[in-house]
Amino acid sequence: MEIILNTLISLSILGVVLAVILYVVAQKFKVVEDPRIDEVEACLPGANCGGCGYPGCRGFAEACVKAETLDGMFCPAGGNEAMKNVAGALGQTATEKEPQIAVVRCNGTLEKRKKTTNYDGPVSCAISNTLYGGDTDCQYGCLGLGDCVDACTFDAIHMDEESGLPIVDEDKCTACGACVKACPKSIIELRNKGKKSRRIYVSCINKDKGADAKRACDAACIGCGKCAKVCAFDAITIENFLAYIDFEKCKLCRKCVAECPTGAILELNFPPRKEAVVEKESETTEIEK
Amino acid sequence: MLKTFPKGGVHPGENKFSAGKPIESIELPKQVYIPVAQHLGAPSEPVVAKGDVVKTGQLIAKSTGFVSANIHSSVSGKVLKIDKVLDTTGYKQTCIVIDVEGDEWIETIDRSAEIKNNIDFSAEEIRSKVAENGIVGLGGATFPTHVKLSIPAGKTCKYLIINAVECEPYLTSDHQLMMEKGEEILIGCKLIQKAIGAEKVIVGIENNKPDAIKHMTELSKKFENIEVNALKVKYPQGGEKQLIKSVTKREVPSGGLPIDVGCVVQNVGTAFAIYEAVIKNKPLFERVVTVTGKSVKNPSNLRARIGTPINMLIEAAGGLPEDTGKIVNGGPMMGKAVSTDKVPVTKGTSGVLIFPESLAERVENYNCIRCGRCVTVCPMGLEPYLIKNMSAVKMYEELKAERALDCMECGSCVYVCPAGVPLLDYIRLGKANLNKILRAKKS
Repeated sequence: MEIILNTLISLSILGVVLAVILYVVAQKFKVVEDPRIDEVEACLPGANCGGCGYPGCRGFAEACVKAETLDGMFCPAGGNEAMKNVAGALGQTATEKEPQIAVVRCNGTLEKRKKTTNYDGPVSCAISNTLYGGDTDCQYGCLGLGDCVDACTFDAIHMDEESGLPIVDEDKCTACGACVKACPKSIIELRNKGKKSRRIYVSCINKDKGADAKRACDAACIGCGKCAKVCAFDAITIENFLAYIDFEKCKLCRKCVAECPTGAILELNFPPRKEAVVEKESETTEIEK
Repeated sequence: MLKTFPKGGVHPGENKFSAGKPIESIELPKQVYIPVAQHLGAPSEPVVAKGDVVKTGQLIAKSTGFVSANIHSSVSGKVLKIDKVLDTTGYKQTCIVIDVEGDEWIETIDRSAEIKNNIDFSAEEIRSKVAENGIVGLGGATFPTHVKLSIPAGKTCKYLIINAVECEPYLTSDHQLMMEKGEEILIGCKLIQKAIGAEKVIVGIENNKPDAIKHMTELSKKFENIEVNALKVKYPQGGEKQLIKSVTKREVPSGGLPIDVGCVVQNVGTAFAIYEAVIKNKPLFERVVTVTGKSVKNPSNLRARIGTPINMLIEAAGGLPEDTGKIVNGGPMMGKAVSTDKVPVTKGTSGVLIFPESLAERVENYNCIRCGRCVTVCPMGLEPYLIKNMSAVKMYEELKAERALDCMECGSCVYVCPAGVPLLDYIRLGKANLNKILRAKKS
C-alpha cells in the first residue's frame, strides 16, 4: 500500500514540475505566426513548382504577407484567379497579368534537321551541352533529350517521337518557367497566351548567317527581314540574323507567317486560311483591333 | 623502386604505335582556320581584317588580358574572312580563315638549324618574349605560359618540374620530340628556370620510354642542376599535382597551386616552344601532333601548322580507315571526340586518335553496384560515385564540401567502372554548374 502511495505522490509531483517547465519553455520560445499566411497558402494551388521565384507555396505566402503591396508577386500556376483570392485575403489589390504559356522555339524536326553525329552519352540535354553543340549542324537547336520534360511538375510537356521535339500541352501548362530554366539552349520562352490561345512566334533561335542556318536546318530563320518589312505594327526585330516577334506589340495579323520563306514563323490555333489570304488578314486585324 | 604517386591511378594498354617514328612536316594546307580562343582565359582580339596580307609568324590576334595569349599566323597568304567555324570544342568559334600563298616567314625569326646555348636573358626579357610569342602549355590544358612564369610576390620556387611523362596511351609526340630536340628542350628548361628562379630542374619521364630517359640523362650532364627522373608507368602521372607528388613527395593543397609548395610544372613541348620563342624569336604557330589508332595505316608524329584541318593530318598518316567510328582530339583518356574531320589543329592538339567502330561506342550502363573501384583509382582521393550522384540531383553545397572542384577529369573512374556508369559526364556538369554558382556569388 505504501509503495503505491509513494509512487503516486512522486509521479504527480514529477508531472506537475515537468508541466510547469514545458509551459515556461513554450511561452518563452513561442513562434508567433501571422494567421494570414495560412489563409494565403490556402488560396494557392499547392504545386510547389517554384514558378513564383519563392521556395514553394508556403514561401510565397510568407512573402506575400510580408510585402506591402502585391506588385511583382504572381503565382503562374494559380493565375489571376488565385492572385485575386490572395489579394482578397490580404485586403489588397492584385495586378492582373496576361496569362502566359511556354513556347518551344525550335522547329528542327528530324526530317528538317539532319543528324551529323551520333551522341551516345547520358540522356540529358545539360550533359550533351557540356560536350558539344549538338548532334546536328545547328548549334542552337533542340537537343531532344528531354530535360524540359523532366523539369515539368505539371506533366505539361512531352517529347514527340516523330519530330524529336517537345510539345507543350496547352491545357496543363501553367507557365511556371521550370522548363525555361532547364533548357540549356534557352529555346523555351514564356509568351502571352493570346486571345483564344492564338499565337504567332518565330520558331527558331539560330543566330548564324542565313546560308549557314539554312544548310543546317530547313526550317531555320535566315534573318532575311521579310517579316519585319511586312509587319505593320513594328513588332518584329531582326538581330544577329534572327527575327523576334514582340508578343506585346503583335496584333496576330498573320502577314509575317505567309511571308516567311522557310516557314520558321508558326501560327497556333488559328482557323484555316481561306483562298483570299490578303482579305482575310485585313479582316482579322480589324477584329483584333 | 621507381617513383610514382601513391593514391589511385590506372594502367591502360599503352598502344604507342607511333613510337620511334621521326617527326615529319606535312605539306601546307590550302586554307587554315585559326581560332581566336585556343587557350584558357580570355579569347584574343583579331588585329587583321579581311583582305590583309599576312606572313608566317605575324601577329593576327592580340591577347586581351593577363590570362590570354597572342595568336600568330601559321602561314603566309591573304585573310579570306573572320567567321564562325566549328572547332575542337564542338562549338562554332570565331576563326581567322587565311588563304595560303607560299610560305614567307617574318624576318625576325631565326630559321637556322644551329643550336644556340645562350641564356643571357633577364627573367623579365624571357617572360615578355614568351608572352609576345603566344606560348601556352602544350600538354593539353593550354594555360598561357607567361602567367605560370610570373611567380606571385611572397612565393619562391624551388623545383621546376618538366612534364615528359606522356601518360596518355597512344600519344608519342613528346617522346619523339625529346629524342630529336633534347638539347633544345634542356636549353628551354634553363630559360624557364631563370625566369622563375628555381633551384633545380627535374625532368620526369615514365619508364616505358627507356631510350628517352637515357638520351635526356646523357644530355643533362652538359647542364647544371638538371636531373632526369624515371617514373613508374601509371596514369594520370602527367597530372600536375600527381607529378609533383611523384617527384618531390610534396602535396599541393586542395584548391591550391603548385607554387604553394614551391614547384612549377611545364610540359616538354612547352619547354621546346620557349626555346624557340626566346632564342629563335619564333612564335608558337606549329606543333607536333601524333596521328594514330588501331586501324590507321601509318601512325605518325607530324609537325603541323596551327589551323590545319585534321583531315590533312589523317591523310598524311595513311588516310581515314574505313571502320572509323570516332575521331578524338587528344589522348584516349582525356581527349574529346570531334564533330567533323575538318576541325583545325589548335595549340592544344597533342594527338588525333582514330577509334574503329568497335571501340568507339560507349559500354552499356547499369546501376552502380557500390564496389568502390572508382574511389580506389581516383588520384585525387575523391569519391566519384558520390560526386556523380550529387551532381545529378544538384546538391551544390555538398559537391563543394566533397571537393568536386579538385577533380581534373582524368577519367580513371570511368575506365574501371564495371557497371559502365557515365561518372565523368555528370561530374563535369556538376563542376561547371558549381563554378557558375561560385562565380555569381563572388560578383
